[in-house]
Amino acid sequence: MPEPTSPRHELASGWGRALVFTYGVFAVAATGRSAVQLGMEPERAPLAYALSLLAAVLYLVATGCLLLGGRLGWRIAVVAVSIELVGVLTVGTLSYVATDLFPDKTVWSHFGQGYGFLPLVLPFLGIAWLWHTRPATGKADLA
Amino acid sequence: MNAVVYGAVLVLAGVAAIAVIVHLIRDEIPSDRTFVLLGLVEVALIVQTVIGFVALATTDRDVSGVLFVSYLIGVLVAPPIGAFWSLAERSRGGVAVLLLAMLTVVALEVRLWDIWNAAGA
Repeated sequence: MPEPTSPRHELASGWGRALVFTYGVFAVAATGRSAVQLGMEPERAPLAYALSLLAAVLYLVATGCLLLGGRLGWRIAVVAVSIELVGVLTVGTLSYVATDLFPDKTVWSHFGQGYGFLPLVLPFLGIAWLWHTRPATGKADLA
Repeated sequence: MNAVVYGAVLVLAGVAAIAVIVHLIRDEIPSDRTFVLLGLVEVALIVQTVIGFVALATTDRDVSGVLFVSYLIGVLVAPPIGAFWSLAERSRGGVAVLLLAMLTVVALEVRLWDIWNAAGA
């Protein structure tokens, strides 16, 4: 099996640098939030708190993969950012139509309203960046 | 919480953010003056941390100590981490990190203020 070429750009350079920083901030914010929620009153809103934890893990994974780079890092980042996009869209919608499911907020509630809607924008930026840095396949490499 | 320090942090972070935006538009590396501004933001944050700890220790308010302290520390470390991460690569993306760091400071600062005042009643 031929060894695939590495991504064209390092994932954490250029605009990726700004993206990693943003993901890092959200990784810390979401981890802190879920730690406080689970540490103080885990019984109050188990679903919301589980989703906060999921968001925290996804942000941490995305940050780590962007920092590490390489083809594997790129692939895992694609998975993490995709789940993140599905998560924010699903939770964002549910938090409007099924309010009883969420007695307390998550990072993704109301499409990340509490965070300036950045949680909604971030996965799109992430996907755009990962598309821009996609590994060359040989046939479609125009760079 | 000291309103003067709170205001100073917001104003300084705002001015620093504008200075960084100018650099971004001109596509140049940040000037020494901009780094002085960032330094002033950090000085204000150090003062805020000291005042914040004293205020927390002496207040009668029902402030969530863990939450308040974590925000105090979080906002304090954001500019140095941003500056370090930005300086490692002198590109437009790298400069943008400084802007993001200032926006992070403003966001955390507003939350910090809320945490303090929500417990006031």
